[in-house]
Amino acid sequence: MSNRLLAMFKDFDDAFDVVDKIKAKEVAGVEVDDINMMSPIEHPDVDERLGKRPVNIAYFTLAGAIFGVTFGFFFLASAQASFLVQPQGGKAVVPLPSNFVLMYEMLIFFAVWTTVIVFIFLSGLGQKRGTLYSEKLTVDEIGIIVEIDDDKLDSVKNFFKENKALEIREEKV
Amino acid sequence: MSQVIQDKVIDENLEWSRINADVIASMQAPRKAYWITVAVCISMFLCAVAAEIYQYKMGMGTAGLNNPHMWDMYIATFVFWIGMSHAGTLLSAILHIIHAQWRKPIYRFAEAMTTFSLMTAGFFPMIHLGRVWNLYWVLPYVSDRGIWPNFRSPLVWDAFAISTYLSSSALFLFIGMIPDMAILRDHTTGWRKKLYGILCMGWRGDDRQWRNFRRTYMLLACFLIPLAISVHSIVSSDFAMSIMPGWHVTTFPPYFVAGALYSGCAAIMTLFVCLRYFFRMEEYMTLNIMEKTCKLTFAIAMVWTYLNLIEFSSTWYGHNVYDKEVLIAKATGPYAFVFWTMIFCGCVVPFTLCFQKLRRHMPTMFVVSILLNLGMYVERWMIVAPTLTQAHNPHQWDVLWGSVVQWAIVFGSFGWFGLLFLVFVKLFPCVSMYEVKELCFHLKHEIHEEEMAKKHAASKAGTTVEESGGKAPGTPGLEGA
Repeated sequence: MSNRLLAMFKDFDDAFDVVDKIKAKEVAGVEVDDINMMSPIEHPDVDERLGKRPVNIAYFTLAGAIFGVTFGFFFLASAQASFLVQPQGGKAVVPLPSNFVLMYEMLIFFAVWTTVIVFIFLSGLGQKRGTLYSEKLTVDEIGIIVEIDDDKLDSVKNFFKENKALEIREEKV
Repeated sequence: MSQVIQDKVIDENLEWSRINADVIASMQAPRKAYWITVAVCISMFLCAVAAEIYQYKMGMGTAGLNNPHMWDMYIATFVFWIGMSHAGTLLSAILHIIHAQWRKPIYRFAEAMTTFSLMTAGFFPMIHLGRVWNLYWVLPYVSDRGIWPNFRSPLVWDAFAISTYLSSSALFLFIGMIPDMAILRDHTTGWRKKLYGILCMGWRGDDRQWRNFRRTYMLLACFLIPLAISVHSIVSSDFAMSIMPGWHVTTFPPYFVAGALYSGCAAIMTLFVCLRYFFRMEEYMTLNIMEKTCKLTFAIAMVWTYLNLIEFSSTWYGHNVYDKEVLIAKATGPYAFVFWTMIFCGCVVPFTLCFQKLRRHMPTMFVVSILLNLGMYVERWMIVAPTLTQAHNPHQWDVLWGSVVQWAIVFGSFGWFGLLFLVFVKLFPCVSMYEVKELCFHLKHEIHEEEMAKKHAASKAGTTVEESGGKAPGTPGLEGA
């Protein structure tokens, strides 16, 4: 059975020291990829310390934008073409210049909605998560979450305590 | 004094726990003036409701609308509110992209302004329709009666553009608030805790969430800027694509966009002063931030003034007799007083923003911002009314000042906007707590780095530097702190 530990630290410096030590293999059985950091703000160096982790939202945004502009064109053109019987006075049945304006709006509409929906999904918002959390994380403390096996639980706890952890919480996974 | 310290907009030594406590406390116990303003807004809104009911029962004639004044003040007010919505985009999206840190304590209410002014603007096409029950005809729905909107008309583009802008700006506002909702979830009780718990959707602030959040926010900002520009360009097309004198102008889209940014900035100044007082936000909405907002407003005011001059001179030298007559009538005709009010409020009053003493005096800035907004409102009035008064056919010439019904509805729209805004700032934090924390964090580090660099330089030169203890004495702009 594995456990999840949450160690709370006073500031980013203390938390980064722990991350650096884990990276330097000072604690057995824990890799830097197993770590998640929780903080009240986003620190610009988190990526540097934890290693580059992918953020794929922009691909979905692009897909949403392409869908928006394509759908916009076909939606408008099909609506306009279904009124062929109406006299157009020599004007185009599918007026491209005005359709471009509306396609542009639909591009943005679908791109924005796709971005937001994908953000919610990729960030795990709205999903049931573990109970391992502290309200201090939205005040001024930094948390490090790590998932470990039973046999390493005590050693990792000790490691956190030795490295200025203010509080340690745990839960069974 | 170093540039970093000189430019700092907030006290970097504010404790993070205090930021949470201050903002939450402000939401729960605003000053009495807040409740008085709410009551005033409700009264104004009720005036508009009564006027609209009367207009609905009696017809559009009660508004004074007839040929040639077929939309008049309603469309002017619509354009005004759409323009106001550009404040959020400017302050939040554009300044976010260029990494202007000073926007952080005040961008939230600017974003809210965007959403609420769009919601207010949206009422005017409905009110103006007269037959409100046929509102759905403007939507591009498939109709078996053969009614289909004219896709070549800018009015249909308006429907697309404004609905896209409203939904996008509301999402932008919502996404930006998620981390603050989590703070509120953790530090409030009762119904508030439940509400914020639902709205933050389980935000925990882990590194994955922050990474995705930043990317999403940046992407939305990137989309919102061209969207805002397109919305106001399309609104300008409502006029510019007609052949009416004074409207058929190539520079209308940039002129509208500049006017929109201008009125948005002026509104930010007004609300800045109000919120600072209502919610005791002196420490967060500092005088340095007000100064920067004033400078930005002044720059935009000058762009707007320049575009006015361009419009006047191109009409004057264009030798189109109808355009020229409308221009002359604006300055000398029945609306001359309104025209010169526009010039005074829009082009002359902003020069008060050049003086530092005035920029840092809140009551003065309140009055100035109201005058700027008055200028921007009458600017819209001056776009619509003179052209309708003096179009191509002399037999149609007619001057209209708007009936009591029209004035009451316009007046009430300010109450509606104010009410939405005041309810919002009572329910949600008007200052972004996590962004203020970030601002303090980065400011502290910048100052620290600067001190280290100074020490290093001094040790190289063999001299000593007096330690400032991490806090620069006599820092300007932090009077409230």
